[in-house]
Amino acid sequence: MTNHWSDIKNTDLVLIMGGNAAEAHPCGFKWVTEAKAHNKAKLVVVDPRFTRSAAMSDYYAPIRTGTDIAFLGGVINYLISNDKIQHEYVKHYTNATFIINEKFELNEGIFSGYDETKRRYDPSSWGYELDHDGYAKVDETMQHPRCVYQILKKHYSRYTPELVSQICGTPQDAFLKVCEHISSTAAPNRVMTIMYALGWTQHSQGSQMIRTGAMVQLLLGNIGLPGGGMNALRGHSNIQGLTDLGLLSNLLTGYMTLPGEKEQDYEKYVAARTLKPLRPNQVNYWQNFPKFQVSLMKAWYGKAATKENNWAFEYLPKLDKQYDVLQAFELMGQGKMNGYICQGFNPLASFPNKAKIIHGLSKLKFLVTMDPLATETSEFWKNFGPYNDVDPAKIQTEVFRLPTTCFAEEDGSIVNSGRWLQWHWKGAEGPGEALTDPEIMAELFVRLRALYAKDGGAFPDPIMNLEWSYRIPTEPSPEELAKEYNGRALVDLTDPKDPTKVLLKAGEQVPGFAMLRDDGSTACGCWIFAGCWTQAGNQMARRDNSDPYGIGQTLNWAWSWPANRRVLYNRASSDAAGKPWNPHHKLVFWTGDKWGGSDVPDMPPTAAPDQNVGPFIMNAEGVARLFAPTGLADGPLPEHYEPFESPVPVNLMNPKNPKAFSNPAARVFKGDMEAFGTSKDFPYAATTYRLTEHFHYWTKHVDVCAIIQPQQFVEIGEELAKEKGVKAGDKVKVRSNRGEIIAVAVVTKRIKPLDCGGVKVHHVGIPIHWGFKGVARMGYLANTLTPFVGDANTQTPEFKSFVVNIEKA
Amino acid sequence: MDINRRQFLKVCAAGVSSSSLAMLGFSPQPVLAEARSFKLARTTETRNTCPYCSVGCGILMYSLGDNAKNAKAEIIHIEGDPDHPVNRGTLCPKGAGLLGFVHSENRLKYPEYRAPASNEWKRISWEEAFDRIAKLMKADRDANFVAQTADGLTVNRWLTTGMLAASASSNESGYITHKVVRTLGMLVFDNQARV
Repeated sequence: MTNHWSDIKNTDLVLIMGGNAAEAHPCGFKWVTEAKAHNKAKLVVVDPRFTRSAAMSDYYAPIRTGTDIAFLGGVINYLISNDKIQHEYVKHYTNATFIINEKFELNEGIFSGYDETKRRYDPSSWGYELDHDGYAKVDETMQHPRCVYQILKKHYSRYTPELVSQICGTPQDAFLKVCEHISSTAAPNRVMTIMYALGWTQHSQGSQMIRTGAMVQLLLGNIGLPGGGMNALRGHSNIQGLTDLGLLSNLLTGYMTLPGEKEQDYEKYVAARTLKPLRPNQVNYWQNFPKFQVSLMKAWYGKAATKENNWAFEYLPKLDKQYDVLQAFELMGQGKMNGYICQGFNPLASFPNKAKIIHGLSKLKFLVTMDPLATETSEFWKNFGPYNDVDPAKIQTEVFRLPTTCFAEEDGSIVNSGRWLQWHWKGAEGPGEALTDPEIMAELFVRLRALYAKDGGAFPDPIMNLEWSYRIPTEPSPEELAKEYNGRALVDLTDPKDPTKVLLKAGEQVPGFAMLRDDGSTACGCWIFAGCWTQAGNQMARRDNSDPYGIGQTLNWAWSWPANRRVLYNRASSDAAGKPWNPHHKLVFWTGDKWGGSDVPDMPPTAAPDQNVGPFIMNAEGVARLFAPTGLADGPLPEHYEPFESPVPVNLMNPKNPKAFSNPAARVFKGDMEAFGTSKDFPYAATTYRLTEHFHYWTKHVDVCAIIQPQQFVEIGEELAKEKGVKAGDKVKVRSNRGEIIAVAVVTKRIKPLDCGGVKVHHVGIPIHWGFKGVARMGYLANTLTPFVGDANTQTPEFKSFVVNIEKA
Repeated sequence: MDINRRQFLKVCAAGVSSSSLAMLGFSPQPVLAEARSFKLARTTETRNTCPYCSVGCGILMYSLGDNAKNAKAEIIHIEGDPDHPVNRGTLCPKGAGLLGFVHSENRLKYPEYRAPASNEWKRISWEEAFDRIAKLMKADRDANFVAQTADGLTVNRWLTTGMLAASASSNESGYITHKVVRTLGMLVFDNQARV
């Protein structure tokens, strides 16, 4: 979230699309009802189903799953053609005025630079036109035919209400009504929040769906304001924190990236990430990359990381490609992997195409699971009849199942969607012999280190030199680890302007990332968390819930990254002169000599408005990107593509180009393309979702949850049920090209057929929560059905849009 | 009236008889004196955060045991934290049932091992588990570690063993996991962010 949960109360309009907060984030949704009750806010919901969020809405519009870019592109067209944009904001805070390379073009749904054989883009033609100082050229009048605003206008002029309605199946009047609501927040004193979740991420074009939402917000001037923002409602309690800490194939901590194998030269690796400003006077915060990277290497490798050895650059593994989860199971299936460790993760239930996952796990030499609960993954080798029809005798994988403690049995912090790091305390010991995850990781590491010390082996250097000065080496405490990722001074740090002045003594905790240095004098495990455990103690454990401004800004409750800032880009809550757009919801504003207000300013404290320092300090431009010259695999502007499995035969946006039917830059493995079904055999659009009463695949182990939602079901509309002769409560068989499940049919009025350009589209809703382990009734893993393809940027699987057939079982 | 919140709750929880007494004009003080001793009065209150979705609701856990060395704490009740600025004491149906997660009959208690082609689990000790896993990891790393590519690029990577990190474990757990995994040279490494 750019903003945070309590801040939703400040909004004038809530758009819930690609999510269902009322059911999936119930206690967060209470801030929507708060906004409705006390701020006269309206709620608009766009979803294939009339969800319980929709039941609370002021306006609901149906949409065919996977067509959100068409819908939102249509909204952009509406905003521009009806002059419903926040002109000052767009001009000063976005790249609307920037001029793009003349080689950029879009041809029948494919952008310039496409390599069809590799399914990949070369983005060099998407860049800005630069002047002789290396700054991007701009046209303040926004009339230049190649300025972003004109390109945007032209691109989305194709997204007419008629076409949107044909693609999305949203009746035109409903689409226009939604546009009308949204456009009301172009007024500088009105603001909209967008709340989305996995309903946007789990598509082959998910990143671009989210981008389209962000572009709408930028055109309306709604980012950085209280009650505004792009608010990703993360799916799990600490998936925000674990992503912040960089536990992904290509990352280091704090969104730093690992080197690719071509980056053999440390200086070049650093230079590529130490951005140069693209406009004069910009903060360009990534210019500090070396400070964060060197401090990380000092935290990990201590004295072994020196300037002479490029801070142990050699210790970091170098990438030849992404090793995301889909890639991992592809390699497993090819027999190229031997071992796999699952820490608090149930991939058999969570990943697409269960048959492919079983195939992969069966080819491993060893599998280790660490979990508080008996997961399906840990028993993938066991026969559970139709729910897991395998022959254990044929599976050679050795499996270790290690019991871990749960949340209630440990101290530590987790990060909520609003980026708050909240500390929690242990209430009891774990059951039996359960150990904490850090204890297990430490035991394994200490043993491996001893084996390497004794016997030697492949490249032992990083293992032998890893900084491991914990009081008890096999039991690093949460306090020690939290202090380590906050960071500390390794020598006395003096003021660069006055070397006699000591800012921080050796060994003291750094107060924030501004103290970090690139000369090896500071260590910091995760720069964006710097400030969470300072000399003043554990800031994450703070519990002062006072809200002095009455806008939900509890700055002394827990600690929020970065720098305890609660709303990102908050300088944009004031106009170019530094005056709040809305005097009733003041956030950050210019006080005459500095930036002040109810949040930690996202701006150098004394950079006066007339210095024209842009509010998007992480971008080299200083402004937000309506057009993304770099950073996305599948184009600088979102374009509508069909899901890889679609209920319609043509992409009406580019009907003449079959190559632009689905995302041309999404990676598809050999064999998976063949495993996609067609609308001829599988005529119904399917989408997976969560229920209020269950959490993922965990709560089927919990008696109360198993009692209130005991049995697997699928949801179909009345009209489809009638066509199929299915009554509520009948068992139905749902088939995709990859497998089938049998479940009870729940027949509702919540799903209505949609008219998509003459094709009548029915949706089948598939709740995900059942499996063959737990105390609820046994059910099929929903991912028996889902396709093995991910978003072109994140490789998040396309769980939300695929095709099935259905019959009475 | 001299009662704190917990005592007040106890009074409310005492049900019809005590509230009727209060309605008849008895003050809570004598009512309290007459009521039986309630379980929560002997519990230790611990603050925690709900481990399910990302709202991060504050919870209060009540456990028997007073942290004495010989007393084994047992959590007997979990409710929303009324001081928490986001959930303000409320919980959803899942959060309200958190006690059932802590005490689920499917909680794992001991390390277990399944041999190749076997149809059953065998209980093993932590010592056996750590020893065997560390040896398997080392053997695989030593056999398949790629220090250099065929064309001479130094890559120092280990691709034949991979790891999935959790979605709800603490930052401290995530941090140390990342530190160990990268040090071993692993790249097949992800968390639940993608799914």
